[in-house]
Amino acid sequence: MTKPAAIPDISFRGVSKRYGDVVAVDKVDLDLSKGSFVSLLGPSGCGKTTCLRMMAGFEQPSAGEVFIRGDNVTGVPAYRRPVNMVFQHYALFPHLNVADNVSYGLRQRSPRPPREGIAKAVDEALSMVRLSGYGARRIWELSGGQQQRVALARALINRPAVLLLDEPLAALDRKLRHDMQIELQNLQRNVGITFLLVTHDQEEALSMSDRVCIMKDGRLVQAGTPRELYDEPVNGYVADFVGKSNFFAGTAGQASDGLIKVALVDGMKTAGRASRSTAPPRQGDAVLVSVRPERIRLAAAERDLPNQIAFRAEAKVLNRIFLGEQTEYLVAHDRLGEFMVRSPRQGNQARAFEIGDRVAIGWPPDAALVLIKD
Amino acid sequence: MAASLPSSRSKVVTTLLVAPAGLFFLFLLILPLIVVIIYSFGARAEAGGYAPAFTFDNYANLPARGQAFINTLTLAPLGTLLTVLFAYPLAYFLAVKANERLRTLLLVLVIVPFWTSQLLRYYAWIMILGSKGIPSWLAWIGMTDVRIINTPWAVLIGAVYGFLPLMVLPIYVSLEKLDKRLLEASADLGADAPRTFWQVTLPLSLPGVATGSMLVFILLMGEYILPQLLGGGKVFFIGNALVDLFLQSRNWPFGAAVSTALVAIMFVTIAVYMRFVLSRGDTRRAALV
Repeated sequence: MTKPAAIPDISFRGVSKRYGDVVAVDKVDLDLSKGSFVSLLGPSGCGKTTCLRMMAGFEQPSAGEVFIRGDNVTGVPAYRRPVNMVFQHYALFPHLNVADNVSYGLRQRSPRPPREGIAKAVDEALSMVRLSGYGARRIWELSGGQQQRVALARALINRPAVLLLDEPLAALDRKLRHDMQIELQNLQRNVGITFLLVTHDQEEALSMSDRVCIMKDGRLVQAGTPRELYDEPVNGYVADFVGKSNFFAGTAGQASDGLIKVALVDGMKTAGRASRSTAPPRQGDAVLVSVRPERIRLAAAERDLPNQIAFRAEAKVLNRIFLGEQTEYLVAHDRLGEFMVRSPRQGNQARAFEIGDRVAIGWPPDAALVLIKD
Repeated sequence: MAASLPSSRSKVVTTLLVAPAGLFFLFLLILPLIVVIIYSFGARAEAGGYAPAFTFDNYANLPARGQAFINTLTLAPLGTLLTVLFAYPLAYFLAVKANERLRTLLLVLVIVPFWTSQLLRYYAWIMILGSKGIPSWLAWIGMTDVRIINTPWAVLIGAVYGFLPLMVLPIYVSLEKLDKRLLEASADLGADAPRTFWQVTLPLSLPGVATGSMLVFILLMGEYILPQLLGGGKVFFIGNALVDLFLQSRNWPFGAAVSTALVAIMFVTIAVYMRFVLSRGDTRRAALV
């Protein structure tokens, strides 16, 4: 299936932002394709918020160019950009009621739309976020979740090219956050507007977005679908940031049949495959072997492990957490240290291991990823 | 009875806290005000002062001092308005544009005039506005016959000068605590800087403007020194009329009637003003959000 390459809603071309000697954003290239839900994910200080502010026009890049729907908007101030933002603490106007907050963007247009047109658009926007009839309310009369929805309506009423969301769920409690995640996804599908979510919460990013861009120290480390990031991380940083993983340091050896041999500490050996997202590490490179906890098999003895196992060893159960459909074990190996293992309930491992049990652990060769550190 | 103990104790504490101010207001404000109101219905004694009577003559006679009322009721609001117009840009610069060090320096400079007696500063203005001051410079560039001292303009200049700090500080505070993200939100929604100012900054700083205006207006309404010195007795306020009535003509009952009228006018003006300001977009509640 080939589609003509559509113009991305927002593009970064070699965008950098420096504050004095500090490089906040370092040569980022980025495309937000039309109608997608994209997350910018990274720890605080990684430059994701600066990227967002350069899209909104609150900051201008020190180098590089920003495009919105093909137009070069580098240097164009915020009020002339066709994007809208939902601020972290909503930034609703306290002196205006809900309807006047929502209509604010329309009232800035020239020529100003007719009064009836604005009122109709406000009603539609409020019903879209399930706040019909709240127009006359004051901002301080609303709960946090309601304020959030007013902020969404205030932005979406303008039909922006991209809706920018700056950690919008951070101020909500856990239950409400989950509801708003679902609501945001539904809203995005209904309006078809590109959403860009900035967050440090990897679960939030992975569960909501079509594409996740992982940032570190101002650089864009990897952009891909949540599944690509989880299964094919470009390096150890991404593997660690997205989901949980076990890591073993080693040195890359010869590659054959798509498998790379790795010499671990103390002369132990294993093998694994390279990530499909990046060039394989070369012989002699310092590498990390990453194994997801759910790919590690546990058995009472080595002979109970399945046949296609690349690495097998003995370990001792240190801890066990019952998670319902899964059980999470912490097991210790004499030389490699601690492993986290997640076992499903069904199958031949129905029997639970107890703390202190000696167990055999192992994983198939394709479960081990050989990655450069970062 | 354990529950009543803390409550009776808190009552004692409340009483002790309120008592000093309460007694102060009772003996130095409420009671004197009642005396003034009683006097205002009395008659002038032969040698001046108060003679008991019950008559409305003093109130019927108010138009005799009409010019004082007209001067006060035009120049006090006008002076307040002018002070707002001068104070707002300065407060805005201090709160929004100035960097940390410049801000501290300028705030100190705004307050510094308060370190000197008001009387002395008005005497200085007599020199500045008098014939050897600004008018002589204006004559030098060809504008002859400009008189400032002893005109309403001199009183207005003095009012702006004297009360500027009282206006700047509350406006500065309300601008300073304004959430800067609201300005970004406004820009994000398509408003340029001037529109953002009119639609966000100004409405949200109105509580500061209201507080400052109240302070300045109340003080201007009762002003005596300013019109006396810079108005030179030609531009006289109600305050000057009162000094004249009580100390020169010794017509206490008429003076009391003028005083009562002044207090009544102030009450009404302030009530109307506050109602107007507070009804505009619930600024007081908004300021708390």
